[in-house]
Amino acid sequence: MHELSIAINLVEYVSEEAAQAGWERVSAVHLKIGPLSGVVSDALLFSFEVAAAGTVLEAARLIIEDVPIIAFCPTCQTEQSLPDTFSLACPVCDTPTPDIRQGREMEVTALEVHSADVHQEDAES
Amino acid sequence: MSTRIIEVRHGILKKNDELAARLRARFQEAGVFVVNLVSGPGAGKTALLERTLAMLRPDYRIAALVGDLATENDATRLARSGAPIRQISTGTTCHLEAEMIEDALDGWALGDLDFLFIENVGNLVCPASYDLGENLRAVLFSVTEGEDKPLKYPTIFNTSDLALITKIDIADAVDFDRDLAYENIHRVRPGLPIIDTSARRADGLDAWLVALKEKQRATPVPVA
Repeated sequence: MHELSIAINLVEYVSEEAAQAGWERVSAVHLKIGPLSGVVSDALLFSFEVAAAGTVLEAARLIIEDVPIIAFCPTCQTEQSLPDTFSLACPVCDTPTPDIRQGREMEVTALEVHSADVHQEDAES
Repeated sequence: MSTRIIEVRHGILKKNDELAARLRARFQEAGVFVVNLVSGPGAGKTALLERTLAMLRPDYRIAALVGDLATENDATRLARSGAPIRQISTGTTCHLEAEMIEDALDGWALGDLDFLFIENVGNLVCPASYDLGENLRAVLFSVTEGEDKPLKYPTIFNTSDLALITKIDIADAVDFDRDLAYENIHRVRPGLPIIDTSARRADGLDAWLVALKEKQRATPVPVA
């Protein structure tokens, strides 16, 4: 169960961004999680609630997009989406495919942020 | 109040990854080859390391970091080899992180070492996500654990560079199906090199040392 430490990393990152950009509140965090990242989404959701308490992320929603594993098949010479984590073989020709192109993701893709209504320049970084 | 959606692209463990990258550069500059040993609890990381230290010690300068939630038992056991050993007590944390490695290395002259072994916390899940700046990640898998372990914990096998089957001396007693274990490892990590070992009987340890030395030699040397 390392999701709490991952949730704390996430909250720290968003809090730093918020402090820099002057956001008052962040109401949602969008994530991409791959099946080979080693992260269990449910455990992360639970941990996030705990980690977010008392921060700019208090009560924020965590929206997790599960991305499929994509590997390059040396036989088909193309990228294939794999149905299981426990068999890294091409679903078409069954060739073992260690060349993982997607599926290890553990990243923030978007933030829903709230700032006071001033003529604020775009604080994106 | 104005609401906006801001698109970003930020790895959640970026801090750890960046620190690991800095450690890797430091290791390379010092010319030390770093091995991260991962496995479930009781697979035999400490026993393998005891043997490895004893066999490498005459010719190489070695040190080890040992991660556990509590106790210094492993460090005490490994210190008998005469090599410098430090215990990292993680408290409640189920894995090692790059920052713990950096802290634990404080005061050690890395340039005086050829090999640094890091014995991770016994856990087949969490250590997989944390890069420690190692050159080689070796996953241990004992014959008593069940041949389908790799299928249940694909990420740790998938992120490793080498697999060691341990306790091969008792394989027959527990009806270990070696072919099936190999097949399962290769299903989650096609092409992963595997060595059958027994720390007690010293099986496979020569092959393990040869693999270590080969990989160490293949690692880029520091620019003088």
